Amino acid sequence: MTEITFPVDINIFIVFRNFSHKTQILPPPPVKTPLMALPSGIEALDKAFSGIGVDEKSLIDIIAKSNDEHRTSLRKGCPKLFVEDDNGFERSDQSCIENLKHQFNRFRDAVVLSLLHPWERDARLIEEAIRKGPKSYSVIVEIACTRSSNQLLGARKAYHSLFDHSIEEDLAAHIKDGERKLLVALVSAYRYEGPNVKEAAAKSEAEILYNALNNADETKPLDHEDVVMILATRSKLHLQALYQHYNKTYDKTLTQDLEEGILKDTVECLCTPEAYFHRVLDAALEQDADEESKGALSRVIVTQNELLRKEGYVPNKIQDTLLGFYKDFMLGLIASGDIQENNS
Amino acid sequence: MATIDAPKQVSFQQDAEVLRKACQGWGTDDKAIISVLGHRNAAQRKQIRLAYEQLYQEDLIKRLESELSGDFERAVYRWILEPADRDAVLANVAIKKLSPDNHVIAEISCTRSPEELLAVRRAYQARYKHSLEEDVAAHTKGDIRTLLVALVTAFRYDGEEINTRLANSEAKILHDAVKDKKFNHEEVIRILTTRSKMQLMVTFNRYRDDHDTSVTKHLQGDSGDEFLPVLRTSVRCLNDPKKYFEKVLRNSIRRTGTDEDALTRVIVTRAEKDLKDIKEVYHKRNSVPLDQAVAKDTSGDYKALLLTLLGKQD
Repeated sequence: MTEITFPVDINIFIVFRNFSHKTQILPPPPVKTPLMALPSGIEALDKAFSGIGVDEKSLIDIIAKSNDEHRTSLRKGCPKLFVEDDNGFERSDQSCIENLKHQFNRFRDAVVLSLLHPWERDARLIEEAIRKGPKSYSVIVEIACTRSSNQLLGARKAYHSLFDHSIEEDLAAHIKDGERKLLVALVSAYRYEGPNVKEAAAKSEAEILYNALNNADETKPLDHEDVVMILATRSKLHLQALYQHYNKTYDKTLTQDLEEGILKDTVECLCTPEAYFHRVLDAALEQDADEESKGALSRVIVTQNELLRKEGYVPNKIQDTLLGFYKDFMLGLIASGDIQENNS
Repeated sequence: MATIDAPKQVSFQQDAEVLRKACQGWGTDDKAIISVLGHRNAAQRKQIRLAYEQLYQEDLIKRLESELSGDFERAVYRWILEPADRDAVLANVAIKKLSPDNHVIAEISCTRSPEELLAVRRAYQARYKHSLEEDVAAHTKGDIRTLLVALVTAFRYDGEEINTRLANSEAKILHDAVKDKKFNHEEVIRILTTRSKMQLMVTFNRYRDDHDTSVTKHLQGDSGDEFLPVLRTSVRCLNDPKKYFEKVLRNSIRRTGTDEDALTRVIVTRAEKDLKDIKEVYHKRNSVPLDQAVAKDTSGDYKALLLTLLGKQD
């Protein structure tokens, strides 16, 4: 999720349950029942906050009309978020409130992300990933490997303008561990995009990769020079041919032979990008997905919406898991693009 | 400053006609070729090629290739190409040698601006259907490969922003590597292949201030392999390109038998850039003007072209 400051400050105290998708069985309401039926009020709120994004319309319906008494009862009915303070008030749990604000921001951030020029967008995504550290390295791989040569070049130029450094220098200066070689090489590539492929070279390099990955005694694949060179300099068509050869010769795909990590991400992004994006989207929509994974939703849908549209990606899970404006926006990006023409 | 003397107003059609006439009949009128092409800048040469193609339905370059020979032909060929295309050809020639000419690859990567280097990469792809980096990677191994691939793929920040604190710490890193003779250390390669040229200048200056010698002098030694010399070339190109080119010229002429490849390469690639400054450095260092040294060591049309590019008035 790109952290771009935006002059909107949402500062309401809101009652909600925790984010689990499980609904809680509530105790019977107290005798003094306010105007609105309490259980459905809390239930509705719980629902409004139980997905990715928030159901803005529900919140307006529930909260705007509630009075002081109602709100007090709501707070009392939500021990996860509000704890009885010694000084006689229901005190909020700040980390939960922050979490909540974050949910509201998904729509905001997605809109800003989609407005940016693709070069600036990719440059900012990379800069953020560098700052966030190892968990975000796959984002760098994704951008470096799924953009066209000229798009990646554009991102590098934008990075100069925005941050007064080159991507490779920031990457190299911030990353000290084994991933550095591969990541720097990937963002520096300007791959040939024409049709020429030397089958013989693809075949022999498939063999080189196989040996690098299946020799337990030798260097780790990430440190293996040939592995990095092949993946970072060869054209995508060449690598896809290599991928086919590998599959045919060794009865397993190159991806299968790799452990989880940026090497595997690299191969996936270069050789089977659609499968990669589907995997990332599915992971984001899982029940127990972490924030890192969920952040991929905006990034992938905003940057790949045309690809997804062309493929006829079926957004059922998005329909079920997302809420509010955020859901509408994401669905709108993937739906057929006739809207533009109609408006003009 | 550039040395070539190109008139502002030029008739490309007329030039094309002169060149055509020079190539017709028995033999070639090399003097006419030199007098036209030797006094045209890159933009003008491009227009002349187009005009020639339009008038005579053939590629001027192909025609010249078939009519000329030897060092003269090679020099004309390199001169007439557009800078990015030329660098792509030079890089490819360097890579494809039996024993790759690593210094040339380092030279091109380090003395061109970031945008120019990008243009070279594009031109390379258009010509050879491979990326420059993949060809370099395929023809080199080990530390040299790591260094060269990093150099050719760099897209350095081109601005004026520098960080003195960073320069200090990275000068120290370089010195530590020198002290431990760990020249192929990852950090050394990282600094030299990613930092902006301005930043590197400040770093090298700091190094000199701290240790009374330039970092280039410390990058000497008998490491046996080729890596150290290529590293040294890179640093020299980044630190003081004019001084570097002066030395290449000096070495190319001094040797028993001239190194025409190097001589042509430097004169042709710098004539529109800073050959004038390089001439001054040469004169100061060698007490004899570069023109004189070149004239003494070369002959014929090759000599005539070089002298024209060096700024000699007809």
